Amino acid sequence: MFPLNAWYAAAWEQEVGRTLTARTICGRQVVLYRTEGGEVAALADACWHRLVPLSMGRLDGDNVVCGYHGIAYDPRGRCAFMPSQETINPSASVQSFPTVSRYRLVWVWLGDPNLADPAKLPDLHWASDPAWAGGGETLHVDCDYRLVLDNLMDLTHETYLHSNSIGNDAVAETPFSVSHTDDKVVLTRWMLGIEPPPAWDAELKWRFPDYDGPVDRWQIITWQAPSTITIDVGVAKAGTGAPQGDRSQGVTGQVLDMITPETDRSCHYFWLRMRDYNLDDEDYTAAMVRAVHGIFNEDAEMLNAQQKAIEAHPGYDFYNLNIDAGGMWVRRLIDRLVAAEADLVGERALAERG
Amino acid sequence: MPPRQTASWHRVKVRESFAVADQIRRIVLDPPAGPAPQPGSHVDVLVPAAGGGHLVRSYSVVDDGRFAALSLGVRLDPHSRGGSAFMHRLCPGDEVTITAPIQTFGLTPRQSRYVLLAGGIGITPMIGMARKLKADKTDYEIFYAGRNRVDMAFVEELREDHGERVRVRYEDEDGRFDLLEVFGGLTPETELYVCGPVGMLEAAQKAWEATGHPSHLLRFETFGSSGRLPNETFEVVVPKLGLTVTVPPDKSALDALGEAGCEVMSDCLRGECGLCVLPVRVADGVLDHRDVFLSGRQKAQGDQMCLCVSRLSGGSLVLDLP
Repeated sequence: MFPLNAWYAAAWEQEVGRTLTARTICGRQVVLYRTEGGEVAALADACWHRLVPLSMGRLDGDNVVCGYHGIAYDPRGRCAFMPSQETINPSASVQSFPTVSRYRLVWVWLGDPNLADPAKLPDLHWASDPAWAGGGETLHVDCDYRLVLDNLMDLTHETYLHSNSIGNDAVAETPFSVSHTDDKVVLTRWMLGIEPPPAWDAELKWRFPDYDGPVDRWQIITWQAPSTITIDVGVAKAGTGAPQGDRSQGVTGQVLDMITPETDRSCHYFWLRMRDYNLDDEDYTAAMVRAVHGIFNEDAEMLNAQQKAIEAHPGYDFYNLNIDAGGMWVRRLIDRLVAAEADLVGERALAERG
Repeated sequence: MPPRQTASWHRVKVRESFAVADQIRRIVLDPPAGPAPQPGSHVDVLVPAAGGGHLVRSYSVVDDGRFAALSLGVRLDPHSRGGSAFMHRLCPGDEVTITAPIQTFGLTPRQSRYVLLAGGIGITPMIGMARKLKADKTDYEIFYAGRNRVDMAFVEELREDHGERVRVRYEDEDGRFDLLEVFGGLTPETELYVCGPVGMLEAAQKAWEATGHPSHLLRFETFGSSGRLPNETFEVVVPKLGLTVTVPPDKSALDALGEAGCEVMSDCLRGECGLCVLPVRVADGVLDHRDVFLSGRQKAQGDQMCLCVSRLSGGSLVLDLP
């Protein structure tokens, strides 16, 4: 249940080099590599000849050579060499997919290649803006990617699942508002005059070591179709104007979550935790990545269990609560995108075939 | 294109059949369930074989948007091996067994420029490709050549749909396209698609190379359906089996040998895969190579042939069965 006419994060830029990287994205097996010129090629990971994974082969210049019989393909997927004959079979090729490198990631487009416009990438400018610093990693989660989106669109769970770090009662107790467009859902929650949870207390102390008072805390969660969620988070000294836009008395983080379906029941979860202070301190970045790693692994454990529980209870649906509004909007908009894609195919079929 | 699809066979009804040029009929079929045909695709059709059983023949989908159904353009081969003659006899209401559309001649997306070169009935897959290129607002041109006016189908439709982007050559009036001139004026990123007789393909390959274009930007489809010479009867001698087999104009050497009990491995039946290539010891006629498996060098050497499509101009040849 995912649209294909979209950019999906396939790998970190540094993961793709002069070797072959196999990755399953939206159920499609893809092999990624970098050409000598530095471009990222993405090909269907199945040899035209006998379907073995091309990722088990090797690179020869810009071409992938199948590890079984030596059939070679160029970065566009066109066959460039065939063993034991002087010609090349005219239909020999594998599918190639458009890619773009941006925001530290390689993105791949699996749908209609003519629609693959880099302008359709989600906005993740914090990842490459020098005014921000941070790091991240990939989490592999054995669940439907939409369960991760549900998780991120409802941070009420922080109170219960992450009570040792970022959760406290205030998150669950404070109401939120949800707005949406066709390809965006924004959930906003302001917690005013609260006691900061441990992790946020530590972050604020980096900038204001002597401050021990209450804080105004925010979580502004933005889903961008089909599966990117950015969370604008932070705390500021209570009553210093943060809700009105003055964050000078606080610290701000951006949690960037790029969730790519792998199969119907597994996903690649790329994340970055950016901050707007202490920009040059790599040890601080490493410590922050470790902290988020711990928190997200609590999520992954729950999500893996949730997927198993769903499969163990066939014939049962979720009961939705008020706190699920954000996730439900996301699911509704994803359904619309998938239906629109099916309609597009259907309309073409209708126009062409009746 | 991508790995070969497993064929799914469907029994469908003929909706319409009418002449669109001399010896060419447009045959409109109920579309089999499944996705719409991709530009450049074809269907395989089960046609009755002369001696019983069935043969598989491939026909390109003519996708010009004028029929809300699956439409084929079929030229009657004067020496039909049964395929085109069977297709031309089809009437509305008849049933025929076909595959879902198969894509082996797909457009490479996002080239900066495309040139489609068609000879005769080779225009059929190009029609859907051109429509797609137009819809995608790409830069493309169509070069369409045929022997004469009456032989060429879909000229008016193409002009209507593509205007100045179509150049048509009636070879009896205008002579052939000067391919050196055409290709010489193209940017290096241009991709060329050729569908037509083997002679046209070979001329295009030569001119493409001579004008400095990379071979991987030339894509083609032939169906192995026509050669330089007309179909004649010839004999194939297989000393190892003590066999002499007559190959009539309407039958391939592969089929004639098979019927005589000489079983040769084969697969594509369109001169592409090379499975049915056997060594030729002697030939007293001219070998008319209609395959795209053997290289020009190998064809010139004349000591092997692709039995599913290639022929002898007459006389006999001796095959070395391994």
